[in-house]
Amino acid sequence: MEPILQVRDLTKVFKRKGQPDYTAVDHMNFDLMPGECLGIIGESGSGKTTVVNMITRLLDATEGTIVLDGKDITNLRGRDLRDVYRKMQMVFQTPTDSFDPRCRLGDGIGESLRNNGWSQSDTKNEVIKLLGKCGLDPEFADRYPHQVSGGQCQRAAIARALAIRPKLLICDEATSALDVTIQKEIIQLLSDLRNQHGEALSILFICHDIALVQQFCDRVLVMYKGKLVEQGVPDEVIKNPRDAYTMRLIDSIL
Amino acid sequence: MAEIIRYDRVDISYNGKTVVRDISFTVDEGEILGIVGESGSGKSTLIKAAMGLLGPTGMVTRGDIWYKGKNLADLSEKEIRKLNGPELGMIFQIAGSSFCPIRTVESQLYESMTEHEDITREEFRTKAAELLGKLGFDNADRILGSYPFELSGGMQQRVGIAAAMLLNPGVLMADEPTSALDVSVQKQVVEEMLLVRKTFGTSIILVTHNIGVIGAMADKVLVMKNGEMVEYGSTDQILNHPQETYTQTLMAAVPRLKR
Repeated sequence: MEPILQVRDLTKVFKRKGQPDYTAVDHMNFDLMPGECLGIIGESGSGKTTVVNMITRLLDATEGTIVLDGKDITNLRGRDLRDVYRKMQMVFQTPTDSFDPRCRLGDGIGESLRNNGWSQSDTKNEVIKLLGKCGLDPEFADRYPHQVSGGQCQRAAIARALAIRPKLLICDEATSALDVTIQKEIIQLLSDLRNQHGEALSILFICHDIALVQQFCDRVLVMYKGKLVEQGVPDEVIKNPRDAYTMRLIDSIL
Repeated sequence: MAEIIRYDRVDISYNGKTVVRDISFTVDEGEILGIVGESGSGKSTLIKAAMGLLGPTGMVTRGDIWYKGKNLADLSEKEIRKLNGPELGMIFQIAGSSFCPIRTVESQLYESMTEHEDITREEFRTKAAELLGKLGFDNADRILGSYPFELSGGMQQRVGIAAAMLLNPGVLMADEPTSALDVSVQKQVVEEMLLVRKTFGTSIILVTHNIGVIGAMADKVLVMKNGEMVEYGSTDQILNHPQETYTQTLMAAVPRLKR
């Protein structure tokens, strides 16, 4: 089976005048298989988000390649780059901020469909279907981001990400801003979606809550100072950490 | 053990709307009380009420908050300002941003001390170095000479705790003191607060949504929902044998590491 995402020697060096170069991500290598849920853990500043920003092309890589669904996307530009987002979509940490405050949720969710030539009425029906899939009533399409709770808004953000039927869903701390009870609901929703879509949906799940990663992910990468220090099945990594840093990280969980 | 602070049927409202209803609890000397609940449940409002930090629109509309024979809810702003510091200490979520960025830690700690005590710069230095030493800092001079932004987030938080402890308050109010920190740094800060209790016998009221921190620190736990008290009891009872449905839901939602 071909991996949906292949990352080879991915490196990001931040250069600033008068200061030494800072290597945020240092030669990362990993694969994500279809239908798999891969977690990335590590402390703040370890480079988790930089990796994601390079994969989603929000940041240019200094070195290395990113192959998405068999296509090298490392240096794509313009229309080619836009097409990439049919295959991958993101869910961000603060749901309310990731929607345009002046647009209704329904507009945000349907935007990718409209951009791909869907008619207004088809889009409207699809948006309602998507909202239902994510546990929201159709009336939410007409609400503004500030009129819904954080948990509801995150559900809408997931609906938006799924609209274009991406093969890869990237969640960067998607539940970190939410209460534990709401977090549980969102994780339940993501699990249901995985069951429905099977191999058609892979998830890259960035999270600093190791217990949550253990619950939800098939495989986990541990990052420290920009380097991949350990990877494996969460239970294995947590019960028998091999790397000194992983050990320290697991030990400090209360 | 003697009680140090007692909330007696406290109601708090903002703009005439009651947001916290009928809360009663006591904290004994040297006890750590954890207050948990979801965002918007009124956890922070509770400790802000004792510190007189509810702002112009908030007030305690019913009930009393007793501290050493004084009702904190009835004190004037001037009187409460005298208590804040030497009697009631506070640590915020991001201690770094409650410091002034363009002055050194030393000058700010010195100012906060001279506000309440007659103390010379020399006496202050000795006292500060001694306290920082007790709290496990091995380079007190460097800390005092630094600007807040030169310290890491975890270090800023520990300095925030040290700053509160300089005046040796009877009660330390901590509002989400570890929520902005990584797990490894979080552990250091938790250990720091436990050390404070051990060294000075300070009572701590700890507001957090992190059940792990509560489990590691608190003697008693108060669970809040929508401004009301859902359950109040010993940490073991609340975490391991919750009685109320809401507490059970809350505990079940906490991801726990299986190891």
